[in-house]
Amino acid sequence: MRYNERELLSLARQPAEKAAEVLMRVPKKGSVLKRRLVKLVVNFLFYFRTDEAEPIGALLLEHCRITREEENVFSISFVEEPERKYCFECDSEEQCREWVEALKRASYEFMRRSLIFYRNEIQKMTGKDPLEQYGISEEARFQLGTPKQ
Amino acid sequence: MKLNERSVAHYATCDSPADHAGFLRKRVERHHHHAHHHHATSYQRRWFVLKGNLLFYFEDRESREPVGLVVLEGCTVELCEAAEEFAFAIRFDDAGARAYVLVADGQAAMEAWVKALSRASFDYMRLVVRELEKQLEEACKSLAACRKSPRRSSSSGRKRHLSNPALLPLQEKPTVLENGYSTWGSGGGVPGGATCPDRDGGYAKPPPLPPRRRSAASSTMGSPAPGLSPAMPESPVSPETDCFSKLHSWYGQEITVLRREWQERQKKRHQ
Repeated sequence: MRYNERELLSLARQPAEKAAEVLMRVPKKGSVLKRRLVKLVVNFLFYFRTDEAEPIGALLLEHCRITREEENVFSISFVEEPERKYCFECDSEEQCREWVEALKRASYEFMRRSLIFYRNEIQKMTGKDPLEQYGISEEARFQLGTPKQ
Repeated sequence: MKLNERSVAHYATCDSPADHAGFLRKRVERHHHHAHHHHATSYQRRWFVLKGNLLFYFEDRESREPVGLVVLEGCTVELCEAAEEFAFAIRFDDAGARAYVLVADGQAAMEAWVKALSRASFDYMRLVVRELEKQLEEACKSLAACRKSPRRSSSSGRKRHLSNPALLPLQEKPTVLENGYSTWGSGGGVPGGATCPDRDGGYAKPPPLPPRRRSAASSTMGSPAPGLSPAMPESPVSPETDCFSKLHSWYGQEITVLRREWQERQKKRHQ
């Protein structure tokens, strides 16, 4: 699958939502924990060798599952392959918790659900559709009742 | 740079809703060194699917895997002066970056695509969500301010308020503010709708009315110091939030009155 790598690399240089040095292990046979700089930008998690400016890789964070593993450790896996886990070991329990929370909220799909929720609540309370002023009330992405994610 | 391509491709083809989809003709880009040769511009018809800030394109509608992906973050979308009618371009800030020139079937299709693509960024979505979050907070506050007015003399008036569903979001709202979105299942169900399961502490459903509220008139308060945990409805709210403390004191006022009434009755009884 082709993709605009150049733009993705440019995105990796943008100010991050969150960034930290952690130990990371990829789901490949025989792989070990390695020190990496991880950087969360929009719905991508970039990972760098600690002394390099260009990321080694990127993970799109849609349809992923963030799981607490053992102490200080969390993992990212994807719904179609739940056994393949990217593992991250943090410096502390608190750091681990913060990353889990941040990553859970980092997907476009999550924001879409939040928006639908707020829209609904505001409508219930005020009787008005808050999206009308944006001229986007009819768009498919903001409708309630989209069953599956 | 590696990308979790398999998962990305899966996201493209899974049944999560697309924000927009349709056929577009995509201009074929030549390498720079061919620029001097006069190649005719050619276009390839592809099936495009927009999901969030990702624009996928497939060879055709039934393809099981995308041919390509355009990450849309940081792009601008503009109409094109190309030879083709109904053409528009996706461009990036980066000086050397190529533009994606796309051609729609007609005016309406072109406008729909330009509209959808220019609002596709993560940042835009985040902006709208934050704005709505603020609006909900303001709606809560003004509702709470209404409630602060002194307690009614008729308890039926109070009861009516309490069964008013508009009151209940006051309790739900602090959960969102305090916990961020942590009570939302990250992979699970669709919160915010009637279909949301109760597992998150009844988050999406309004919490049940406190039972004592209903029997207040018949006064089952036999015990002298009613657990002045006022009949607080169960809900996972934080004591720190503004809305909740107002709610708390509002309930508290009513309890104070009821308690005084009970004490009067007791006094009379013992006379």
